[in-house]
This record gives sequence, structure tokens and C-alpha cells, in this order.
Amino acid sequence: MLWYTLKRLLQGVITVWFIATATFIGMHNVPGDPLSGERATNAAIRANLEARYGLDRPVTEQYFIYMRNMLRGDFGISYTQQNREVNDIIREHFPVSATLGVLAVLFAALGGILFGALTALFRNRLPDYIIMFLVILGISVPSFVFAALGQLSLVNINSVLGFSVLPVAGWGSVSHMLLPALVLGLGTMAYMTRLMRSSMLEVMSSDYIRTAKAKGLSPTRIFSRHQLRNAALPVITVLGPAIAAITTGGFVVELVFAIPGLGRYFVQAVQQLDYTVIMGTTVFYGAFLVFMVILVDLVYGWIDPRVRLQ
Amino acid sequence: MKQEDPSDFVQAPGDRLTRAAGKQLAVYGVAAVLLLTAAMFLLNALAGLTSSAAGMSRMAVDVENNTITSYLRQEPPQMNSMLATDAVSGMVLAHVMEGLLRYDQYGELVGGVAERWQLEGNTMTFWLRDDARWSNGEPVTAHDFEFAWKNLLSPSVGSQYAFILYPILNAEQANNGEVPIDDVGINAVDDRTLVVTLATPIAYFDRMVAFVTYLPANEAFYRQTDGRYGADADEMLYNGPFMMTSWVHGASMRLEKNPYYWDADRIRLDAINFAHMTSDSSTLLNLFKDNQIVMADLGSEMLEEAMLQGWSLNQFMEGTVFYTDFNHRPERLTANLNLRKAMALVHDSGELVNKVIKLPGYLPGKSLFPVWLPGVDDNFREEYPAPVYQRDVAQARVYLQRALDELGLDRLPPLVLLTGDTPVSRIQAEYYQEVFKRNLDIDLVIDAQIFRQRLEKMTAGDFDLVAAGWGPDYNDPLTFGDLYASWNLNNRGRYSNPALDAQVRIAQNSLDMTERMRAFAEIQRIIHEDVVMMPDYERGYVYVTHPQVRGIVRHVIGAETDFTNAWIDAGE
Repeated sequence: MLWYTLKRLLQGVITVWFIATATFIGMHNVPGDPLSGERATNAAIRANLEARYGLDRPVTEQYFIYMRNMLRGDFGISYTQQNREVNDIIREHFPVSATLGVLAVLFAALGGILFGALTALFRNRLPDYIIMFLVILGISVPSFVFAALGQLSLVNINSVLGFSVLPVAGWGSVSHMLLPALVLGLGTMAYMTRLMRSSMLEVMSSDYIRTAKAKGLSPTRIFSRHQLRNAALPVITVLGPAIAAITTGGFVVELVFAIPGLGRYFVQAVQQLDYTVIMGTTVFYGAFLVFMVILVDLVYGWIDPRVRLQ
Repeated sequence: MKQEDPSDFVQAPGDRLTRAAGKQLAVYGVAAVLLLTAAMFLLNALAGLTSSAAGMSRMAVDVENNTITSYLRQEPPQMNSMLATDAVSGMVLAHVMEGLLRYDQYGELVGGVAERWQLEGNTMTFWLRDDARWSNGEPVTAHDFEFAWKNLLSPSVGSQYAFILYPILNAEQANNGEVPIDDVGINAVDDRTLVVTLATPIAYFDRMVAFVTYLPANEAFYRQTDGRYGADADEMLYNGPFMMTSWVHGASMRLEKNPYYWDADRIRLDAINFAHMTSDSSTLLNLFKDNQIVMADLGSEMLEEAMLQGWSLNQFMEGTVFYTDFNHRPERLTANLNLRKAMALVHDSGELVNKVIKLPGYLPGKSLFPVWLPGVDDNFREEYPAPVYQRDVAQARVYLQRALDELGLDRLPPLVLLTGDTPVSRIQAEYYQEVFKRNLDIDLVIDAQIFRQRLEKMTAGDFDLVAAGWGPDYNDPLTFGDLYASWNLNNRGRYSNPALDAQVRIAQNSLDMTERMRAFAEIQRIIHEDVVMMPDYERGYVYVTHPQVRGIVRHVIGAETDFTNAWIDAGE
């Protein structure tokens, strides 16, 4: 197990290095100039700016300097906010994205397991039809539509009631989190519901459930200990990538709800060719994603002994 | 005994197992909701460091605390006035800082830190008031201006807006590293007298001094921040009507009335919250409807609803002129005047604005000089109306034929139209593609690029036509007038015409306003006759404001939105 963990971690480091290198090469080959502004600058100012960011050196040298600094955990200074370090940007904004992401995944996982079980229990009956219809909606409609719709309905609810049930946008309190997290988790929730439903149906018709029934176990015990628990395994498998995907993919929801997450910087940096922020956020998100996948593999082995044996 | 199919258990509707499981599921459901609630509170506590709305009112207007809540279009990228280049930073700076001169609520130039000022020959003297204070209580002195201006002119600081100080003697040379910074004509004679020596006497220097780049900075404080000046609320010293008391990056900002401000009696609000940083117009409108912000810009699809709601609508010309620029480099087809004339004769900015863009507040472009620029007594465009081309397809085809003959071509190869990636620029590009194809059989290839890449291609001359825009820096036609001077680096189409250059020199150097305006009119005429570019539109906004908040002013120059004169009318 230890050997396996180490091996996976080493693979992870190599993956992150590869991501960093590919981003570096890609970024420097995109046409455009990170130092250009709306007003043209003269040669002297330009030379000074280039020297400040080390752009006056050959690209290979820039690469090695960057890698050395990165190993020290220094991502440099932003181009657009010339007095802010990329480390500060990540430190201040990632917790927001992570909070939103974790909450959205919790929504998705709990909702997915519950609704999936419900549809399996009432297969081919009204609750199943209704939920599965909603699931198709949830999977096919992109999150920005839900975000806009959710916000609009909230405005209308608030104005009908005459007071603010939930804030329409913003960040900072529990009430701010609810709607964005729900919207962000909706697609994943729908996906997990489907997953749970099929897995639950499979479990329900398995031999050990019949054995349990024959043994005379109470229905409650059969359901919670034998059916739900076994059926939830596949859902847990997709949890890790889902956390990473949701945490890094919340840009649109962050934008609509005016949430100060890292996603906004991630996207803006690319548009503004902010070299250091592009590198910082991409490497950080890449490492986060890789770490999550490794974690899930390890946890899965811990939950399911059959995997551990291989 | 009959063997039962296991799935029958599931399908039996009244089955005991299903019912029990259903009940169990309901219990789990309740548990899940509780768990989620707990998780939210836990996460909220963990993320407490980044919370934005802490201590901020959720209401647009807080009568009790005399506070209003609004928004910023984006996180201000640069609050160090020496380096700031964008409108949002400029707007916040206009609330928390004050220069020698400022614009009042009517857009008139009035004294700020300077009590009076005088231009004599090429010497401009500012006498500072003795009660101007920094937010730490120290007096604002002439040395604070000398320091900030000389600092931003140092090549090592790399200020992109240093050029706006170039009228000052030796400023350009020092900025290029040719002369020492001490040779620049900025001299604090004593704490309350600042003498500025200009390279040549110019008539509009006072208007430039009101610009963001001319704001002061306290040297001792600046040195102590060690490169982080302007990075956070406590990394700045304020001398304006308000001071920033909190800044949660990307989320919110709070300005409170500055007790040290010399004219504090003028300021009627106790605090301004910028509780949101977003440019999403539907989010902003929803926030406005939910009574959480005091104003919002409207898109065209929102106009009807705004009318129905009976909101008070306001219109504001934001100041920027958008136009289609030609590439005048000799190797380009667009260097041919007859071709440009042909295109100008089918180009119709009225059709573009009214039938294609259809955004409220936009004005069809007629000139490089926007309508709001001041002339001698009236607006410049009132005094010197812009000549325009009326669409004349037959005449356009004649010019096109002449162009083809001159170029020795049978048919024009496709032209590249470089444009931005915003919805407006896309729809505009597609419209032009259609117009020029239909009327002149000219093929346009659309090259849509993000801002920096478009800029790079513009600088490199990698285009035939480009959708460009130009915003003003100061309240004088020259802020547009020198754009096509042959030496201007922003003249990315490399237009070069000695006759136009001569007029720019007159406009720059003459002290006689009438003579200067005549020069601008001449520039306007040359640009029209030589079809240097084709004006597309002037951008404007239609916006709504909260009925209880009065005195919100929007300026073309200075603070785009100015709350310093605002007050709450609780009676509404």
C-alpha cells in the first residue's frame, strides 16, 4: 500500500511538471503581448517592464527560472495587478471556490444517492418518471442557464414576499452560498442520480439481498446496510474527479453570482495574457486535480477490499 | 413451491420492504439536509477570512447609517495612481484621492488641493491650500506632488501613462532615461507652492492636471510600503473625500468619509459600500431589483421592463469613440484613397447603430471628435459640425473602379477586418461583411481576437481594417486630435500626413482657443476627406438609479460614476 501510494504520488508530480511545461510553452506561443496596454508605451518604459518580469531573457532561461521559483512555491507577481503576488491571489480566492465546490459536491452526492435510491425503489412509477425527467434536464441544460434562471426566480420571490429570502448575488454568509452551490451541483447531481439508480437496481436483484431477506432481517436493515451501502460505491468513485471538476469549473456560476472565486482569475488571466497568473492558476488547479484523483484511488482501495488485492 | 423472480420484490407496489425503505429514505433525506446545513456553517466559518459582506448592509440605501451600496464593474487592477490606467481604478481613486484640480458635479474644473493656479509664459504655479490633509493627519504638501510625478516619470517605475506628463519640461527625456529625473521641470518651492515649468506654454495643461496620473503620494508612506503601495486598503494614504477602510479582493470595497478631508462639509454620505464586483449586466439588474445596489446600467432587452416599472432612467455618454481604422502602410490595399472612399460611401453608422447594434445610449459616429468635447463657447461639434458621407452606392462603385485601375487589379482580394471578441464587435463585423459584399462585392475576412492579441496585430500592422476605439484622458479635443499625428505610437494604421501634423502642432502649442479649435476642425476635415477612418459609434449607457439617492453624477472625464455629491433623500 505504501509502495503504491508513493508510486502514485511520483506519477502525480510528473503529471504536474508536464502540465506546467505544456502551459509555459503554449502561453509563450500564443500571439499577443502581456505588457501592451491601450496606450502605446515608449521603448525605454517597455525595456524596463520587460526587465522587471524577466521577459528580456531567452525563453529557455525564463523557463528554468520559472521552474526554480515554482519549486520554492513562488509564482511571481501578476502582470495586470502589478502589486499583487500570484500566491496571494490563489490564497485569497481558492478557499471561496473550494467552499462553493465542496458544498456543490455534497449537494450532488447526497441528492444523487437519495434520489437514485428513490427512483430505484419506485421503478416505473410516478416518482421515478418525474425524477428521471428532471435528471435529463439537469444533465442537458448547462449551469449558466440554471444560474440565470435561479437568480431571476429569486428576484421575483423576494419582490413578491417583500423581503429578501436569499440574497440575489454576492458572497460572505451562509445564505449567499445556497443557490450557487445548488446550481453548480445540479448537473453532477443528475449524473449521480442515474448512476445510483442503475447501481441500486443491480444490488436489489442480487443474491445476497435475497439471502438477507430469507434470513429474516428487518427491511430497514436490509435497505440501509445492504442495499444503499453497496449501491453507493460507484457514486463515491466519481466523487473525487467531481470535486476537482466542480471546484475548477465554477467560473460561470461565480460570474453570475458575483462570487470572488479563483475561476474568474483563471479565465481573465488567459484573456489578458497575464503570464504569471496563467501559470500559477493552471499549475495549482492541475496539482489539485491530480491530487484528488490519487486520493480517490486510495480511498477506494480502503473502502473496497477487492481493489486493494490487485 | 414456485420460484419467484427476484425483481418481483421490487415491483410489488405495496411491498413491506419498499415501504420501509421509503421511510428510511425519508429519514436519510432529513439527515442529509441537516448535514448540508451544518456543512454550510462549517465552511462559512472556515472561509471566514474571505467573507465580503461582513459588516456591510444588504440594502441599497441604509438611511440610519447614511450609507449607500453600489458595485464595481471589476476588481480595480491598480490603485497606485502612478500606474493606474483603467476606468474602474480611476473611479475609486477619484473618491479617495484629490489632485491639484478636480471636476465638480457640473463637469467644471475647480480647485482641489490647489487654492489657485496661474499660467505665466511657460511656468504654471499652483498655490496649495493649508488645510489639505492625508488620512493620517499629515498635511498634503507640494513635495507630495513633486515626488509622485517624478517617481512615475522614472523609467524604472514603468508607468504606462507617463506620457500624460510630457508637456512638462524634460519629462519625456527623463522618462526615456536621457536626462536625470531632477532636471524635470517640477519644483516644490515650499510646502505650499508648486512650480511646473512646461516645455512650451500650452493652453490645456490645467485640464490635464485633473487626471489620475497627476495625483499626489506621500513619499514616506510610499517608501514604507515596499512595492505594495495601493495593493490593499491599509497600503495607501488618502487625501480625498473618502478613505478606503476595507478591500476584499474581487469581492467588495468600503469607503468611509475621510474626517481629514479639507472640504468634508461638502460630503453628505458617511460611507459607500461597493458590495459586488461584476460586469454581468443581468446580475446587476437583478441586484438592483432586489434593492441591493443603488444603480445599474441597462441592456436593450431590459429597457421595456424598466419603463414598465416606472424607474427613473438616465443617459450618459461614456466618452469613447469607436471607429473602423484603415491600415495606411504603403504595401496595403487600404492605402489606396479611392478604395477607402468607396468603402466610406457605403458605410452608414446610423444603420449600424439603429438597426444592428440596437443598444440604448449608443450614438451613430460622425467624427473622431465625440459630441461632448468642449469648444470655445459651446461644444466643439456644435461649433464645427462634422462633415459626413451619405450612402451613395453608385458613386462608391465608381471610386472602387478607379481604385482597381490604380492597383492594376480585376477584382479586389479579400480584406482582413481585425476585430474584438465581444458580442458587439462580432455583430458589427458580420454587418460590415454583408454591407461591403452586397454593395461593392468586397470580401471581408473577420479576424476576431482577444484584446491583447488584437493590440499586437494592430501594432504589427497585421490587418486591412480594424475595429478600434479611443477614450479621452482629459477634457480637451487634443485628447483625440493628436491620434493620427505621424509620431503618435497609437496611430497603429501608420497614417502620415504633414498637413495634419501641422494642425496638431498648432493645436498643441497655440494659446488661443479659437485658433486651436480651428486646427481641430481642420483635422476633422482632413480625416474626413482622406478617409483616414470611418466613425462607427459613440458609446453611451442608459442606467437606473435608486429613487432615494440623489446627486449621482457620471463624468466622461474623471470618475465615471461620482458619488461624492450624492445624498440620501429619505422622504422619497
